[in-house]
Amino acid sequence: MRVDKQILKELENESIEILREAAVAFRKPVMMYSIGKDSSVLLHLARKAFYPSPIPFPLLHIDTTWKFKEMIAFRDQVVADTNSQLIVYTNKEGVEAGVNPFTSGVSEYTRVMKTVALRSALDFHGFDAAIGGSRRDEEKSRAKERIFSLRDPGHRWNPREQRPELWRTYNTRLAPEQTMRVFPISDWTEIDIWRYIYEENIPVNPLYFAKPRPVVERGDQLIMVDDERFPLINNESPVMRNVRFRTLGCYPLTAAVESTATSVEEVVEEVLNVKLSERATRLIDGDNEDSMEKKKTEGYF
Amino acid sequence: MSSSVIRLLTCGSVDDGKSTLIGRLLVETDSVPHDTVGAARKTRRTGSTIPAGEIDFSLLTDGLEAEREQGITIDVAYRSMSLLDGKRLIIGDAPGHEQYTRNMVVAASRADIALVLIDATKGVRTQTLRHLTICSLMEVSRVVIVINKLDAMGFSQNTFDEISAEIDKAVQRLSLKDVHVVPVSALAGDNVVFATANMPWYSGPTLHDIIQSWVSPKDLDIAGLMRIQMIARADNFRGVSGTVRAGSFNTGDQVTIYPSNQKASISRIVTFDGDITEAHDFDAVTFVLEPEVDATRGDIIAKDATDLVPSNRFAAHVVWLNEDALIHSRSYLLISGPTSSPALISKIKHKVDVNSGEHIASDALKMNEIGLVEIATDIPMVLQPYSQSREFGNFILVDRLTLKTVGAGMIQHSLRRSSNIVHQDYEVTKEVRSSQKNQKSRVVWLTGLSGSGKSTIANQLEKRLLALGSHAYVLDGDNLRLGLNMDLGFTPEDRAENVRRVSEVAKLMVDAGLIVITALVSPFEVDRQRAKSIFDSTEFLEVFVDTPIDICRERDPKGLYKKSAAGKIPNFTGVGQDYERPVSPDLILDGTLPINENVDRILKELM
Repeated sequence: MRVDKQILKELENESIEILREAAVAFRKPVMMYSIGKDSSVLLHLARKAFYPSPIPFPLLHIDTTWKFKEMIAFRDQVVADTNSQLIVYTNKEGVEAGVNPFTSGVSEYTRVMKTVALRSALDFHGFDAAIGGSRRDEEKSRAKERIFSLRDPGHRWNPREQRPELWRTYNTRLAPEQTMRVFPISDWTEIDIWRYIYEENIPVNPLYFAKPRPVVERGDQLIMVDDERFPLINNESPVMRNVRFRTLGCYPLTAAVESTATSVEEVVEEVLNVKLSERATRLIDGDNEDSMEKKKTEGYF
Repeated sequence: MSSSVIRLLTCGSVDDGKSTLIGRLLVETDSVPHDTVGAARKTRRTGSTIPAGEIDFSLLTDGLEAEREQGITIDVAYRSMSLLDGKRLIIGDAPGHEQYTRNMVVAASRADIALVLIDATKGVRTQTLRHLTICSLMEVSRVVIVINKLDAMGFSQNTFDEISAEIDKAVQRLSLKDVHVVPVSALAGDNVVFATANMPWYSGPTLHDIIQSWVSPKDLDIAGLMRIQMIARADNFRGVSGTVRAGSFNTGDQVTIYPSNQKASISRIVTFDGDITEAHDFDAVTFVLEPEVDATRGDIIAKDATDLVPSNRFAAHVVWLNEDALIHSRSYLLISGPTSSPALISKIKHKVDVNSGEHIASDALKMNEIGLVEIATDIPMVLQPYSQSREFGNFILVDRLTLKTVGAGMIQHSLRRSSNIVHQDYEVTKEVRSSQKNQKSRVVWLTGLSGSGKSTIANQLEKRLLALGSHAYVLDGDNLRLGLNMDLGFTPEDRAENVRRVSEVAKLMVDAGLIVITALVSPFEVDRQRAKSIFDSTEFLEVFVDTPIDICRERDPKGLYKKSAAGKIPNFTGVGQDYERPVSPDLILDGTLPINENVDRILKELM
C-alpha cells in the first residue's frame, strides 16, 4: 500500500474508535454538521464506525442564515442520501435583533449567531456531548485541545484545566451540567481530508471547486456576493472571477481563492503545491493572535 | 508492524534551541505553508541577531515559552509534518519544566520516539535526567538525544564525547534500550535533516533519518487480542466492535472471551466496505461470533489458547496529576480502555525521585510525583505488564466525586496472591441465618459531626431492637479505634481506611444475619459511597444525623471541641477538616429533636 493510503487507514481506524467511544459513553450525543469538507469526512467516518447499524446520533447544523445558498442545498441532499437525522437550529432572537455580519461587527455576529446559538441548541435538546470536525492543524489553540474536551457549565472551555488525556484511555465521565466536545479527526491535516475524499469518493460541496463566481475585492480578500443582502460600498460592482473556497462558513466572512481546480484530484494537487495556511481565508480568526482561544472559552467550536 | 504515522515527543526548553530545531525540521521537510515561511523571513523578535532575509526558524513553532510570556495557556501542542519518505510525524511538543511533568507524561503516553534536547554549552542538566526518567517510565520506544549548539563549541568532538559518556550512565541506570545520540546545530542546520561536513568525526544518521527509520516493536507476543468497545446491533445482526490491539484475526479463528471464558469462532469480519477475511493491528472492525455469546463492552477477545488471568490486585507505577494528593485507602475509578472498576490504593511502596531515579519512602503522592503502589480493584481485570503492552498495561484513576483524571498508571505486574484466593461458598447462607433470627440483616450507617448524637441514637436504637426481639450490634467508631483500628489516625487517608475496615466488619455481621448499627463521623462522601457499594442495595441505610455545629460544640460530650479550639487536634472534623454532607442519604435526622423521635424514624424505615 502506498504510504499516504496507509496514513489514511491509520487515521481512519483511530477516528472510528473515538466515534464509537462517544456513542457509548454519553447519554445523548450529537454530531455537528457544518456542511464543509471536514463534516463530509466526519459523516462518512460515522457511517463506517457503526455499520451495519445506522448512525446512533442526530446531526446538528447551526444555521446563521448567512450560509452560501449552495451549502443549504447540498446539506439537504446529503441528509436524504445518507438517511441521517438532521436538526437545524438558528438563534431566532439574533435574527429578530437584526444581528448580521456587516453592521454588527464580526465578533459580535459570531458570538450571537454561532457561539450563543450552539450553546442554546445543546441546552434545548439536552445534548451532553457534541462531536465536531475540528483539526489540530487548523489553528494553534486547537493544536492544544484534547480529543475529548470537557466543557464547564455554560459550555465554557477552560484551557488551564484540561483533563489529562493519556494513551487511548479516555475519561468520558461528566459531572452535573458538564458537557463534552469530541474531535475524532484531530490529527488529520487538510491534505489528508482531500486525499480521503478522493480515495473514498465522498461527495463534497461544489463551492470547493473553481468556477466563475461574482466577487468583490476587499483588501487582499475576494468575497463572493451570494445574494442581494450583500451591501456594496464605494461604487463596487461584483466581477466574475474563477474562484473556489478552501473552507466554507458564512459567505460574507469566507474569502475565495483564485483557482483552476475543478476536481478533487486537482484540488489535492493545488493544496500540495500552493502550501498556504488554510484559515488565512477565514475572516473571523484574525482579530488577534489568540482570538480562537478566547472564542473557544466562550463555547465556540 | 511498520507504522506510517509516527508520534514524537519533544522535551527540552526554548533555551536549548527547541523551537529552532523543530522549525528547521519542518522547513527542511517542506512541511510549513509557504506564506508562514515568508513571514519568518521578514519578522524579527527584539534582540534577534539573525540576518535579514534568512528564516528565523524559532518563529515557526508556537513556542510555549513565548505563549507563557503572552499569558496564553501552556499545554502539549500537537503538530503534523511529513518525513521525506512520505510518512507522517505527529509532534507532541511538551513544556520542559518540572511543574509541567504531568503535561509531558500526557505527550509521552502516546509517543513512539522522544527527542531529548541537550544544550552543548551547558551539558547534562537535572532536567535532562528528569526527561530520561519519564521516557523510561512511559516506555517510549526510541529515545534520541540531540546534542545541540555544537556550532557554539567549534563543532568539538570532545564536547560531544563527554556529554555522551555522561548520558550513557543514565541510560544504563534507566535500562533504556533503543537510544541514539546525535550531534547537531539547529541554528546552522547540521545533522537535522541533512548531513554536515562540519563534523567529519560523526558518521551516523541525521536526526531526521533516525526518526524515519523507526519501526514499531511488537506489542505483546500474542496471536490476536481485541477489547470489545461496543455491541453493534441492526436488523437480524449482532456483532462486537473494537480495535485489534495485538496480532491479527481471520474468519474461522477460534477465540476465547475473557473474563467469562466463553469460546466462539469468528464467522464474519464486517466493515462498511464489505466483509473482509483478516484484521490486523489497530484495525477498527466488527466481528460476528458463532455462537452468539454473551459479551459486553470491556471484555477481551483473544485468539487461540491465550492464557489470560484476570486479577484484582496489581503493583503499578502511578504518576499523580491532580492538585489534591493521592490518598491511600481511598476508592478511585480505574479505567483502562473500555474497561473500568472501582479501585483502592492499598499501599504506597515508594516514591521515585524523577531527577535521580532514587526511591524515597512516602505515604502520599503529590501532583507531578511518581510512585510505586499496590492497587486492589473491585472487579477482576485482565491487565498486562506495561513493559510488555502499553495498550493493556495502562490505566487512569478518576476521582469518583469530581470525576477529574487524577492519576496515570502503568501496571508492573499482577499480585498473584489474589488470583489464588477464590471465594468459598458455604451452604448456610446469609438468608438462612437472618431468617432464623426472623429479621432481614442490614446496616444502619449513622454519619454526622462529633457530638451530633450518633452514639446516643445507636445506643437507644439497639435497646429498642433488642426489646423487639431483633439481633443487633453497634460498631462504634471510637470503640473500634481502641482495638481493630488502633493503628489509624485522623488524616483523610486514615479516615478512608477506618471507614473501609468498619464497612468490611459490618458486612461480615450482615452476612451473619445481624442488624448492624455503625456510629462514626465518616466525613467524606467517597468513603461512604464505597462503604455502601459493598452491600446489596436494600441492605444499606445511610442516616445523616444533621446537628448544627454550634449545638455539637455546646454539647461537646468528649471535650474534643475544646481541645481542638486550643489547637490540640489538627484534623478535627468541622474545624480543621471539612465534613461533606451526604449527597443522597436514605434518612436525614434533625439532631436537635428528642432521641426517641429519631429512633422511631429509623425503626419505621427498618420495619
